[in-house]
Amino acid sequence: MLSKKNKEAFFNPLSKDNPVLVQILGICSALAVTASLEPAIVMGISVICVLAFSNVIISFLRKTVPTNIRIIVQLVVVAALVIIVQQILIAYNYDVSKKLSVFVGLIITNCILMGRLEAFAMHNSPWPSFLDGIGNGLGYTIVLLIVAFFRELLGSGTLFGFRVIPQWCYDHGYMDNGLMILPPMALITVGVIIWVHRSRNKELQEN
Amino acid sequence: MEPAFRPGGKLSKLESVYDGMETFLFTPNTTSRSGAHIHDGNDLKRTMITVVVALIPALLFGMYNIGVQHYLAIGEPASRLTMFLYGLLAMLPVIVVSYAVGLGIEFISAQIHHKEIQEGFLVTGILIPLIVPINTPLWMTAVATAFAVIFAKEVFGGTGMNIFNVALITRAFLFFAYPSHMSGDAAFVKVDDALGMGGGTVVDTFSGATPLGQVATSVGDPVMTNILGKPIGFFDAFFGYIPGSPGETSMLAILIGAAILLITGIASWRIMCSVFVGGLGMAALVHLPNLQSLTYPASMLDPMMQLCLGGFAFGAVFMATDPVTGARTKVGQYIYGLLIGVFAILIRVYNSGYPEGMMLAILLMNAFAPLIDHCVVSFNIKRRARSAAAKVKEG
Repeated sequence: MLSKKNKEAFFNPLSKDNPVLVQILGICSALAVTASLEPAIVMGISVICVLAFSNVIISFLRKTVPTNIRIIVQLVVVAALVIIVQQILIAYNYDVSKKLSVFVGLIITNCILMGRLEAFAMHNSPWPSFLDGIGNGLGYTIVLLIVAFFRELLGSGTLFGFRVIPQWCYDHGYMDNGLMILPPMALITVGVIIWVHRSRNKELQEN
Repeated sequence: MEPAFRPGGKLSKLESVYDGMETFLFTPNTTSRSGAHIHDGNDLKRTMITVVVALIPALLFGMYNIGVQHYLAIGEPASRLTMFLYGLLAMLPVIVVSYAVGLGIEFISAQIHHKEIQEGFLVTGILIPLIVPINTPLWMTAVATAFAVIFAKEVFGGTGMNIFNVALITRAFLFFAYPSHMSGDAAFVKVDDALGMGGGTVVDTFSGATPLGQVATSVGDPVMTNILGKPIGFFDAFFGYIPGSPGETSMLAILIGAAILLITGIASWRIMCSVFVGGLGMAALVHLPNLQSLTYPASMLDPMMQLCLGGFAFGAVFMATDPVTGARTKVGQYIYGLLIGVFAILIRVYNSGYPEGMMLAILLMNAFAPLIDHCVVSFNIKRRARSAAAKVKEG
């Protein structure tokens, strides 16, 4: 069940082969939904679900799908799952689904999904594919949460909507940094995370 | 004392700092050991110092004007010296913070990489207090300076490698992060006391908006007034008795600085002139009778007035001519400068969100400068290749 290979499929995407930090995939959604923590975590969970289940389904189908129409089949599977996730969100968490707007729908075009389906699920059996899906989804979610943590803390002074920077700071002239809410700062934050990550993992540094 | 700082010495961790101080104060007596070197006496340090000297008129006038505006606002008479002293006390903390933060980061980064300390911050450190509104809290200036030095300079490789003008990034950071402190009524005139000097209550008719700010929000024919509501004319703007960031108000002081830069040959006259030409042309264009409209109040301004107001002249003389971030080919410099002038007025007039467009125009063209240079160079290569081919054919 948890052979070395399976463990790698699960743990590598968390840091060494992180889809955002190392493969630089899924950047646009990482910039768009990270202004605060709540939408970021919902987005992360959505991606984990879609990625894990589409990986499993494609892995079951991998031997029956003709190679020349495989992309279409993958898209149909992903699209179906995304629509399910979207409907659940609208039904049970309408506010957040408004905040995420098109970005849940755009999970279909998220490069991480197509990448994992093509690179992993097409060649592996369902169980490792499931682990790989969860792992990559988690890797994506972790980055999203780190970015959203700093953006919400410095940009709005809150975490999950709760005020964490005390009022007396504001009374003494502290102000929230409006730039953190704007997308450019998300890009710079991701850049800084990549910077820290590479300087801790020397083998990832390119020249 | 020196051996302690060399590798193996007790204080070898501070070698860069020692080197930096030594070469700043003394001419180093090491010379190159091989080959013949042609060497201009004008090294990076002297270039930087010349720019700082050119900035001094704008700096002194800026201090004086802070005092002028302050005593106007509190409605008390004061001598010129008192006004200047007040301005000096108001600006000193900003200058200290800007240098302390910027140089601190440069020293640390040089020490981490075991490199010589670059003196690039010398000019940036004085530019920042000149373009940041006087009422900006010091901690904001510190945060913005740190951000700009790290993300606009050090990550690109330090002095001489930056794509964007560091001082302008500082201002842009403040502008987008803390917009309420960077525009409007309360940003540009210091009304409270400076380090205990010049306290008082503000008179009733006070309104601290800059002329461009007033124009941007005006309905109907724009009328520019000083902070007490009296109308101002061309010469108020030319000499600089208007509210604004410390360095930018006085056209006269900036022109003196421009003369110093041009006579010493430090700044590119091509860029400087073409910025003014581009700005004047664009301002004249939007001022044409059938183009000016009350929807865009800034288009009603006289073209010469456009150039004197806001940060246009300061940006043209001290920011656009930055040799690191500007274009380097001769033709490229004309194009680069022209487009800065055009964009600055374009943003000013047609984008109601930004009453002043110089900062954004220069940063935008900073991004395009390498592209302009590339096009000029490759066009030149093609042209010469063609003429060479034609010659071969003839021969």
